[in-house]
Amino acid sequence: MAEARAVLLGTDGIERLVGLLAGRGYRTLGPVVADGAIVPGPVNSSADLPRGVHDDQSPGSYRLSRDDDPSLFAWAVGPRSWKAELFPPGAVVFRTSGTGSEVQVVPVLDDAAPVAFVGARPCELAALGILDRVLGASEHPDPLYSARRAAAFVAVVECARPAPTCFCTSMGTGPAAGAGFDLALTELVGDGGHRFIARAGSSVGDSVLAELGGRPVPPAAWDERAELLERSEAAMSRRLDTDGLAALLARNLEHPRWDDVAERCLSCGNCTLVCPTCFCSALDDVSDLSGATERRRRWDSCFDLGYSEVHGGPVRSSTRSRYRQWATHKLSTWFDQFQTAGCVGCGRCITWCPVGIDITEEAAAIRASDGETVRKDGQA
Amino acid sequence: MAPTTADGAVATADGRADGTSLWPLPYRVAWRRRETADVVTVALEPVGAAAAPYRAGQFHMLTAFGVGEVAISVSGTPGTPGPIEHTIRDVGAVSHALGHAPVGALLGLRGPFGTDWGVDDLADRDVLVIAGGIGLAPLRGAIHQLSQRRGTGSLTVLVGARDPDQLVFTADMEQWRARGATVLCTVDAAAPGWRGEVGIVTTLLTRLALAPERTVALLCGPEVMMRFAAADLVDLGLHPDRIRVSLERNMQCGAGICGHCQLGPLLLCRDGPVLPYGGTVAALLGQQER
Repeated sequence: MAEARAVLLGTDGIERLVGLLAGRGYRTLGPVVADGAIVPGPVNSSADLPRGVHDDQSPGSYRLSRDDDPSLFAWAVGPRSWKAELFPPGAVVFRTSGTGSEVQVVPVLDDAAPVAFVGARPCELAALGILDRVLGASEHPDPLYSARRAAAFVAVVECARPAPTCFCTSMGTGPAAGAGFDLALTELVGDGGHRFIARAGSSVGDSVLAELGGRPVPPAAWDERAELLERSEAAMSRRLDTDGLAALLARNLEHPRWDDVAERCLSCGNCTLVCPTCFCSALDDVSDLSGATERRRRWDSCFDLGYSEVHGGPVRSSTRSRYRQWATHKLSTWFDQFQTAGCVGCGRCITWCPVGIDITEEAAAIRASDGETVRKDGQA
Repeated sequence: MAPTTADGAVATADGRADGTSLWPLPYRVAWRRRETADVVTVALEPVGAAAAPYRAGQFHMLTAFGVGEVAISVSGTPGTPGPIEHTIRDVGAVSHALGHAPVGALLGLRGPFGTDWGVDDLADRDVLVIAGGIGLAPLRGAIHQLSQRRGTGSLTVLVGARDPDQLVFTADMEQWRARGATVLCTVDAAAPGWRGEVGIVTTLLTRLALAPERTVALLCGPEVMMRFAAADLVDLGLHPDRIRVSLERNMQCGAGICGHCQLGPLLLCRDGPVLPYGGTVAALLGQQER
């Protein structure tokens, strides 16, 4: 495999990349260890990156471990996706001053510095592609997301150590980096030493690569990358059968499995908070004693009872209907609405579910008894 | 710096000042008219830039500053000069604040959003309008337009309400009748002096001589009412695609990006609120908690 715009970097190359991005005015975020998890945080040097830190994930469980592995990126995904940087959990939309017949509306515009992500995963890159369609390609695009996204620099790092909860191969989003990155890095720690293959995927990435230096990528390094990706794919034990999945779920809205999962689901909304594509938001108006008001936007969750509130009460009051809404949205109706899946296979919803509900398992259970229904009196 | 245009209107990120961004345009209450004990029509005029023209059936997001924002269908008639009318029932904090805003007060307006009744295509169709309660408000502009159209189609308006005091736009009904429309009302519970029908709105269908092949039906009201009315119309021979319904879910952004108005595959602020009953919608309305 030969790539025109690719170089081989040593570990000092990452140090140079971080410095170079800062020099270009980016607020650089990368994976850092905080609160017992690997999450996006400020990175000022490669020493901030999680060298030798691994994440051990299973349904309902996430633990970090450390060893003398020199790798900086030998982990899968943490609880906080990069979405939060482009689509913040809370933001003020506008403020007003004055009261009664003298109200002034003052839009609040974003003045955050452009952000650079170093160490996003291929599945997370795919998630940004989905958000681009939902928030950026609407007839009325979201101004905050669109502005931050357009200015963002994304350096993706291909996956060498998928978690048992990962299923990106089923969703076609990894472990290799798909389209949309500025820079794609592959971390190699084989016999040739600790090196990175860096590829450019945009004109900005090209110019960064040109400044980074490095040397041509030898065939052996490409081979090492191919073997690494092959190993990662093989390590991906979890599968979601996507064949006809949207239609399968659409015709099984009364399947008894929805009652089964509702017995386990706490409707806590953790899955929606950790999901890199969940985009729902609520608008709240608040005021103070001076009469000044603000409209605030915050992330919302379809598991919240108030989410579907209309005059007369919520449309979806049962946990069954709320889990069904979430799962069928991700895997079925998202296609109708946005011509893409709403799931990238990152597995966060499985890991961070307090009771370990697994969307791949729920979908498989429905597939296993396609067409089964529950009568309205609740008897199968 | 806020992108405010010279006349004080708010511009969108790409420089448009059309009211469809997340930032409301300031509108002033020009006049108010009480329709029933808990329903008020509020007429709004722009302070600076005006929102784009609306079509009958579309909605605006109206803000009572500091209280909140709700989706309200326009009850006025497209193309009419002067303030834009919205008819609001007092059902919660925001609708209460909107309905009680005094003349001269400033409210916020975004939109118009969503699909419309499509009255331009109905010149030679018989049009049957079925409204339940405040559901007549989103239909009012369409009925005004249809009652004045040049064409061969007839116009029939069936209105149901809980009791005679809940009937809205009774003065308009006289005008529609004067222009040749058939207007029939029914109430769930009669009161002294009531000379109309008693019963649910679908019972009025038995009074009509429908020509199903040339009829288009426009429905707005409680979801259960629309479901039964649509089913009755299909039984009477109307093709489901020629029944149009106006659907409601929680709406917050109007722009198709907040997720709340999902009804299965549909985002009602974008794909609705007005949709053909046939196919997807008929199935969706039959599914519980969708």
